[in-house]
Amino acid sequence: MRRKRGQMDGVVLALLLVLLVLAAAITVAGSKKFGWWLRPLASEHGAAIDRLFVTTLVITGVVFILVQLLLAFLVFRYRGEAGRRAVFYPDNPRLELAWTIVPAVILTMLILSGGRLWSRIQLSSPPPDAFVVEVWGQQFKWAIRYPGKDGKFGRVDMRLISGDNPLGIDTKDPASKDDIFFPAGEGELHVPVNKPVVVYLRSKDVIHSFYVPHFRVKQDAVPGMVTRVWFVPTRKGQFEIACAELCGQGHYTMRGILIVEDEAQVQEWLAQQSTVADLIP
Amino acid sequence: MAHEVHAQTEVHHEPQSFWTRYIFSQDAKIIGIQYLITAFVMGFVAMVLSWLMRLQLGFPGKTFPWLEKLLPHAAQGGILNQDFYLAAVTMHGTIMIFFFITAAGTGGFSNFLIPLQIGARDMAFPFLNMLSYWVYLAACIVLIASFFVPGGPAGGGWTMYPPLSSVKEALMGSGWGATLWLIALALFIASTTMGSLNYITTVLNLRTKGMTMGRLPLTVWALFITAILGLLSFPVLFAAAVMLLLDRHLGTSFFTPYLVVSDKHIPHEGGNPILWQHLFWFLAHPEVYIAILPSMGITSEVLSTHARKPIFGYKGMVAAIAAIALLSFLVWGHHMFVSGMNPWLGTAFMTTTLLIAVPSAIKTFNWLATLWGGNIRFTTAMLFAIGFISTFATGGLTGIFLGNPPVDIPLHDTYFVVAHFHFVMGVSAVFGLFAGVYHWFPKMFGRMMNERLGKLHFWLTFIGVYFIFFPMHYLGFLGVPRRYYAFDQYDFIPQALVHNINVVVSVAAFIVGAAQLLFVINFIWSLFKGPKADRNPWKANTLEWQAPSPPPHGNWGDELPVVYRWPYDYSVPGAPEDFIPQTVPTVPARRGDGGDGKGGQASQ
Ligand code: HEM
Ligand SMILES: [Cu+2]
Ligand SMILES: [Cu+2]
Repeated sequence: MRRKRGQMDGVVLALLLVLLVLAAAITVAGSKKFGWWLRPLASEHGAAIDRLFVTTLVITGVVFILVQLLLAFLVFRYRGEAGRRAVFYPDNPRLELAWTIVPAVILTMLILSGGRLWSRIQLSSPPPDAFVVEVWGQQFKWAIRYPGKDGKFGRVDMRLISGDNPLGIDTKDPASKDDIFFPAGEGELHVPVNKPVVVYLRSKDVIHSFYVPHFRVKQDAVPGMVTRVWFVPTRKGQFEIACAELCGQGHYTMRGILIVEDEAQVQEWLAQQSTVADLIP
Repeated sequence: MAHEVHAQTEVHHEPQSFWTRYIFSQDAKIIGIQYLITAFVMGFVAMVLSWLMRLQLGFPGKTFPWLEKLLPHAAQGGILNQDFYLAAVTMHGTIMIFFFITAAGTGGFSNFLIPLQIGARDMAFPFLNMLSYWVYLAACIVLIASFFVPGGPAGGGWTMYPPLSSVKEALMGSGWGATLWLIALALFIASTTMGSLNYITTVLNLRTKGMTMGRLPLTVWALFITAILGLLSFPVLFAAAVMLLLDRHLGTSFFTPYLVVSDKHIPHEGGNPILWQHLFWFLAHPEVYIAILPSMGITSEVLSTHARKPIFGYKGMVAAIAAIALLSFLVWGHHMFVSGMNPWLGTAFMTTTLLIAVPSAIKTFNWLATLWGGNIRFTTAMLFAIGFISTFATGGLTGIFLGNPPVDIPLHDTYFVVAHFHFVMGVSAVFGLFAGVYHWFPKMFGRMMNERLGKLHFWLTFIGVYFIFFPMHYLGFLGVPRRYYAFDQYDFIPQALVHNINVVVSVAAFIVGAAQLLFVINFIWSLFKGPKADRNPWKANTLEWQAPSPPPHGNWGDELPVVYRWPYDYSVPGAPEDFIPQTVPTVPARRGDGGDGKGGQASQ
C-alpha cells in the first residue's frame, strides 16, 4: 500500500513536469501572438539586442526542456519498488567532462557575441555630429536641457539651484546663454529620427534610471556624476520614458515623453523655445 | 592531525535546568533548532508582507476595510499606501534573504549537522555559538521594531542604495527605519561572523577518526564553504553599513554627494553613490550563494539517500562548490551594468558571470545522474529535493540573459529579474530548507513528521510557485519595471493583459502562502504526536543516523564513532543491505578508490 502511493508520487511529479514544459513552450512560442513580447522596436542598436535575446531564449529554452523532461523521465522510470536494488554508479569522469565542456563552449559563444555587441553599444563613442541633450532626474519627473546653437552646455553647479534656476545653470559661463531648459515635468524631449542621439544624464537627488522600453535603452542617472547613453531612433512618434531605479514614493509615476521627428522639425521647435538668457536674469 | 580527537572525548554533564538546556543552550543541536525556528518565524513575517504586496498588485484600487483595521497607518481608506508598499518590498526582501534563508541555512543546519556529521561532540566554541544566536535574535528584534517607529520601516529596497537611503528627506522610510535596518544588518553580520568562524574551525579540527576531508558528506562541504564565503564577504557590508550610518548621522560623505531634494539643499560633498553599490554587491552576490549552497548540500544528501544511490561525481560536486565560491567573488558587477560604472567593467563581469554557470550546470547534471538507475522513495523530503532541481534549473537559465550585458539592458530592473531570483535563490533555497527539515526532523526531535500532510504541502507549493513566478517572465518581456506600486501610469504596459497576469499571480501567492500553514501544523503536531522515530528511519549512511534520535548532549555516549568509508555507499553490489553506514569497516579497500573507502565491502 505504502509502495503504491510512493509509485503514484513519481507518476504525478513526472506528469507535472511534462505539463510545465508544455505550458512554458506554448506560452513562449506564442508570446508574440499573445502580446506578451518585447515592446515594438524603435532604435537601431535594439535590433541586435533583440536578436541576442532570441538566441539566448532558444538556447536556454532547449536546455530547459531537456532538463525538465529528463527529470520527469528519471522520476517516472526509477520509481522505487521493494526488493529492487539501485545501481551502484558513483561517477564517470568522461560524462562529467562532457557536461562541463558543452556548457562551457555554449557560454563562451554567448560571451563572445555579448561582448562584441556590448562594445558596439557601450564602448564606442557617438559620432561628433550627434544630436546632444541632457536629461535630469528629480523625484518624480524629468528635466531637460539642450545646449543651444553653440552646441555647448553651460556650466552647472547644484549650489546655484533655486526657484528661478532649477538646474543650477551658471549664467556667468558664456556657453550657458543659449542653453534651452525645461524644469522637471515641463516640456517634452524632442529628438531627430535616424540620427545618433546622445543623452547625458544627471540627477538632483537620488538615483533614477532613464528607461525607454521601445529603444532598449536603460541607463542610471546618478547624483554627483554625469552618465551617458546614445542611440539612433528609427521610428517617428511619441514614446515613453520610465524610471527603472527605485527613487522613492512616486517612482512608479515618473513618466516622461520622448518625441521622435524629422531633424528639421526638431530644429524648428527648438528655435521657438526661450533660452537661459531670456529666462534667468 | 584531524584524526586526533582533542579534549572533546570527555562527555559533558547534561545541563539540568530547562533554561540552560533549551534557552541559554550551548549545545549546537539546540542552537541549530533555535536558529531554525526563529528563521522560519521571520520567513512567515516576510511571506505575510508578500501577501500585502500581491494584494496591491493584483487588486489595485480596491478598498479593503479589514486592511485599514489591520494597518491603520499603512492603509488609510483600505488601500495600501505607496510608502508602505515600498517598506513591504524592502522588508520582505531583507528578511527573506538574510533573516530567513541565510539564518536557517547556515545558522540552523550548520549547527545541527556539522558536529553530528563529522563525529564531534559539539562546536569548537560553544559559548561563541550561543552568542551568535542571541545576537541574531537581537538583530531580528531591531528589524521588527522598525515597523513601529515614526516613518515606518526602511523603504529603499533590500539593496538600500544611497542617496535614497542616506537622506531622510528622500523617503518616508529613510528616517528611523533606515537607521534600524542598518543596525539590524550590522548585528546580523556580527552574528554570522561568529557562526562562520565556529563552523570553519569545527570542520577543520574536530573531525572524528577516519573522517578525512574526502569523506565529508556534501552537506558539510557546502556548509563549510558557505562559512568561508560569509567570513570573507559579510565584513565588507558591515563596513559599508557603518559608513552609511556615518553619512546619515555624522555628516560624512562616503556615498552622498551634494544634493537638492525637493528644493532643499543638502550640503554633502563629493560622495559617490556607486561606491555603495560596489561594496553592497561585493557581499550580496556571494550572499546569494550563501543562501543557496546549504540547500544544494541538503539536496545532494537527500537525493542520494532516497534514490538509494551514491551521489554522482562526489569530487566534481566538491570542485563545483569550490569553483562557485571562488567565482562568486568576481561577478558582483553584473548587478551594475547600467549603473554608470565604467562599461569596460561590464565586459569583465559578463565573462565571470557566464562562467559561473558552468559549475552550476555540473551540479545539475550530477544530480540528474544521481537519480539515474535509482530506486527512488518519494518521501516529502525527496519531493522537495527534486523540486529544488526543477526550480534551480528554471531560475539558473534566466541568469544567462541577465549576465549578458546587452540583453540585460531591456530586462534589468523589470519583473524578469524578479522571476529569475525568486526561482534560483528564493524558491529553490526554500525547497532545500524544507527538504532538510522533513529529512532531519526525526533526528532533531525523535519523532516522524506526517508524510501525508507533508506531501500535500509539497504539491500545493510546487505547483503554486510556478504559477506565481513563471508568468513574471512575460511581464519582464513586456518591460514592466519592478518595485512599482502600480502600473497604470504607462501606455507601453498593456493594461488588461498585465492586470490579468497579476490577478493569477496574486491568487496563486495567497494559496501558496496558506499552504505553508500545513507545514506549521505538521511541524507542531509531529513535535508532540508524531510516531516515535528510531535511530535511522531512512536507512542512511552519515554519522548522525548512528546517534540516538534525538542525540543526547555530547552526541555519542562514551565512544566517538570511527569512520571507514565515504558517506554514499548505497546499493553496493554484493552488500546484504542497500546501505552501508560510514562506521562499517571495509575489507580490503577496493582498488583505485583513492582511499575514500568508496564501495568497500563490509567486514563481517
Ligand atoms: C510566496 C512566496 C513569495 C512571493 C509571493 C513573493 C513576492 C514578491 C513580490 C511581490 C516582490 C516585490 C516585487 C516588486 O515590487 O518589485 C518581491 C520581492 C523580493 N522577494 Fe519575494 N516573494 C516570495 C518569496 C520570496 C523568497 C522565498 C525570497 C527569498 C530569497 C524572496 C526574495 C525577494 C527579494 C530579494 C525581493 C526584492 C526586494 C527588493 O526589490 O528590494 N521572495 N517578492
Ligand atoms: Cu526615478
Ligand atoms: Cu549577483
